[in-house]
Amino acid sequence: MHALANPARFLRIARPATLWLLLVGIVLAIGGMAAGLTLTPPDYLQGETVRIIYIHVPSAWLGMAGWIGIAAASVSQLVWRHPLAAVAGRAVAPAGAIFAAICLVTGSIWGRPTWGTWWEWDGRLTSMLILFFMYLGYIALASAERERGGEGRIAAIYGLVGAINLPIIHYSVQWWRTLHQAESIGLTGSSIDNSILWPLPLTTVGFTCLFAAATLMRMRTELAEAKVEARMRRMGSE
Amino acid sequence: MNAWPFVIAAYGVAVALTGSLLLWAYASMRRAEAAAENLKRS
Repeated sequence: MHALANPARFLRIARPATLWLLLVGIVLAIGGMAAGLTLTPPDYLQGETVRIIYIHVPSAWLGMAGWIGIAAASVSQLVWRHPLAAVAGRAVAPAGAIFAAICLVTGSIWGRPTWGTWWEWDGRLTSMLILFFMYLGYIALASAERERGGEGRIAAIYGLVGAINLPIIHYSVQWWRTLHQAESIGLTGSSIDNSILWPLPLTTVGFTCLFAAATLMRMRTELAEAKVEARMRRMGSE
Repeated sequence: MNAWPFVIAAYGVAVALTGSLLLWAYASMRRAEAAAENLKRS
């Protein structure tokens, strides 16, 4: 990770990586969604609505993974003062917020025909909604701090403290048994039949690549903007 | 209840939001890198 501390070295890797992540992400996400819509059978209980899992589950994982990225960038910034850590944290946040929003909206759309309601103040739904608002708070705080010329330490502390919400989201279905079902996919296996499950890894890897591509593009944007600002300052002082 | 309108709406939202994120990230990156390149040349 420290090998990437040099922005020039980082950009040498990020430029080709952005293109490849975009291409692989688009192919896998479209392929997985098409397979999920046309090739898998409807569930015996949920019927056709089960097809929403191919976008809902990856977006839930990515919404949470985004904050893990922010927390890792925060540690890197506060402990090792990695020069790209604050940039990485700010770059992850929009993608994390978008995927948390996709998770909330697709879950709500799935809930209407399955549960008979668009929304319920259930533990999982509420903690995910809090995560979405925390992303908005992080984006606002990090931009305000950057505009004032700060190093991003307040945003980093907020990013670390906000990570407390991640285990709450994860264990919410065990702690509060309300409406959201318990986990059906874990590290060791799944209760979903393989005939329905198989497109899920395609959309998960596909959307993860798109998430990473969006993050790299935001990092490249911030580095280019910083370069322009530094140049303008130099020209102003000459 | 016909579930297909719900399925299509969910996929529509996911594609629209992901597409918007990527387009915004790409357009702002191109603009910023072009500005940095122009300043370097001048």
